[in-house]
Amino acid sequence: MERRAGIVLVLTVVLLVGVPAPALARTEIQWWHAMTAVLGERVNEIAAKFNASQNEYEVKAIYKGSYPDTLNAAIAAYRAKQPPHIVQVFEVGTQTMLSSGAVYPVFQLMRDNGIAVDWNDLIGPVKSYYSTAGNLYSMAFNSSTPILFYNKDLFKKAGLADTPPATWDEVEAIAKKLTGAGAKCGFSAAWPSWTLVENMHALHDQPFADHANGFDGLATRLQINGAFGVTMMELLQRGAKEGWFTYNGRLNKAEANMGGGECGIFLSSSAYIGNLTRASDGKFTWGTGPLPRMSGYPQGNSIIGGATLWVMKGAKPEEYKGVAQFFKYLASTENQAWWAGVTGYLPLTNAAVKAMESSGHFQKNPSQRTAVTQMLGGKTTPNSQGIRLGNFASVRDAIEEQMENIFSGKKAAKQGLDDAVAKSGEILKEFAALYK
Amino acid sequence: MKRFVFRNRWLPYALVAPQVAVTLAFFFWPAFDSLRLSLYRASPFGDRLIWAGFANFERLFRDPAYLRSALTSFVFSFVVTFAGLALALLLASFANAKIRGLAVYRSLLLWPYGIAPAIAGIIWLFIFHPSYGILPWVLSFVTAYQFNWFLKGWVAMTLIVMAAIWKQFGYNLAFYLAGLQAIEASVLEAASVDGAGPIRRFFAVTFPLLSPVTFFLFTLNMTFSFFDTFGLIHSVTQGGPGDATSILVYRAWKDGFEGLQLGFSAAQSVVLMALVILLTAFQFRFAEKRVTY
Repeated sequence: MERRAGIVLVLTVVLLVGVPAPALARTEIQWWHAMTAVLGERVNEIAAKFNASQNEYEVKAIYKGSYPDTLNAAIAAYRAKQPPHIVQVFEVGTQTMLSSGAVYPVFQLMRDNGIAVDWNDLIGPVKSYYSTAGNLYSMAFNSSTPILFYNKDLFKKAGLADTPPATWDEVEAIAKKLTGAGAKCGFSAAWPSWTLVENMHALHDQPFADHANGFDGLATRLQINGAFGVTMMELLQRGAKEGWFTYNGRLNKAEANMGGGECGIFLSSSAYIGNLTRASDGKFTWGTGPLPRMSGYPQGNSIIGGATLWVMKGAKPEEYKGVAQFFKYLASTENQAWWAGVTGYLPLTNAAVKAMESSGHFQKNPSQRTAVTQMLGGKTTPNSQGIRLGNFASVRDAIEEQMENIFSGKKAAKQGLDDAVAKSGEILKEFAALYK
Repeated sequence: MKRFVFRNRWLPYALVAPQVAVTLAFFFWPAFDSLRLSLYRASPFGDRLIWAGFANFERLFRDPAYLRSALTSFVFSFVVTFAGLALALLLASFANAKIRGLAVYRSLLLWPYGIAPAIAGIIWLFIFHPSYGILPWVLSFVTAYQFNWFLKGWVAMTLIVMAAIWKQFGYNLAFYLAGLQAIEASVLEAASVDGAGPIRRFFAVTFPLLSPVTFFLFTLNMTFSFFDTFGLIHSVTQGGPGDATSILVYRAWKDGFEGLQLGFSAAQSVVLMALVILLTAFQFRFAEKRVTY
């Protein structure tokens, strides 16, 4: 009896502790990401292709939940001294990562491992968003920019020409005609702060926050309550009141309305192309265009969203060697053109853009060209190189809260924006106090 | 109650030790950690920990949005608790009647409790959605008013309240049913003989006899609506529109988990902790006197 108990005990211990694994020939590299559904499959495909291309390293792509989930998982792992080698962090986390002291800058990683990468081949807006003093700190991975989508069937029904509106005046005029012809939603937008505030400021070369949007030093104050920001919000407030602009919620919630065929004109990420293709299949046709402009303001550029790959401190040199090799593979024209083609994210290098052009990909998928043309046609200025704020997620939240108060008519545009500036000022001040 | 005395001096301590260990590890330790963290400015990756004194609390109480959120939470919790209990008691009285198919009817009423708050939220989201929900569609025949809870705070609040009540309904009903069945028929018969009608019988006999159940459910529903409705709010309104449905626990989560403002979020959870302690203490004090067991 006693012996049996002993065996059970040993078995339990083995089960709990795990059977000692045979020594692995390959060095394992952990890559934590937040890509779901089709995108998740593509990420696995990248890892599998890299693993098959050599036999020294094995990249393990591990899904860790939403962007905030993934970041929090990495934070917890880092604090427990078991960080992954690579973690995918969304663009709003950029300043957090830069200030964290927990990352191994990508430009340094590549230099330390003797891999020459022509960073200048990265397309401008991507490079500027993730570089400091010309050095790339995180590996650009999935970047998108907002573009305009329009429902061709609703346009036809309202007797409109098959061309997307290029200015806000046209958006208003067309959206009114669309709702007049019975469309449920003339104009709407997903990711409200990103498309309607952040990008509109950058596109019209207007400052979003002080210190060049946080690039010349920690930003302490938003500047969205200037003349431009107020005009923009007043227009949308009027639109909501008159019924040609429908607000459909935070995050990408509004995409359900566009995908359901309700909206005539719509702003969202260029990475929405894939899902819209699927949602509209057999139901309606649609096209894309560049973001609408407001007359009387200078040319800037739209900014990017999405995520980059950060390398965490605390691993062994031979593992970092593998990470560098993997990044070299990611940056390759072949991989870039493939990834952009299957996902709708931007090709990140000029070489990849050329490759997609010459392979005829853009001819077959003109909607994917819109974002590229828009980005390459814009002007990168201090206001349009990107936005770098500490606690950006909370700041964005403060903005969207007030956007809702403005759209519902609860507050005047100026008042709402002033309140958003005041609240985010508090949030930014806290971050500055932490990293003084 | 019979008094039991252990012969062995150490055995009783050994027996309670696991319980105490679990409480220490899973309750006291995190609680003290939040308490400590609330006095610091802490960076997410742990490289900076700067003493802040009461700055986090100061910031909290200076923020009119936080006070608004506290009010929202209390209104929300009271409405969910009172309306939820009243509805459950009413339907439990019906379900307590002797009718055909009672077993089926009862089990159907218990169903919603088996659903996770987040899923409950999604179900209500589908019913209420301004563009593809069935309820706005039906209402559109009655009135031209737009029930768009993406923009109208009171509609969003009503939606969350209804979903929370519905979610907790089965649980409340089960307890009330059990309570009703525990009431001796003879007591009610005696009341009838004394000439009390059904309504009088309910308020003079049934309701007082149910007071322990009501008290228990009150505490439980208050805590449920204060804390466990997080999933509901997260999946439906994300605290919006504006901050109309931003209850305290949701704010604490958002500032800590999404905003990565750890010290600030810890300060909020300390306030929540104090509130719960106060609420519970008050309820027990109050209830000890009024509730007949």
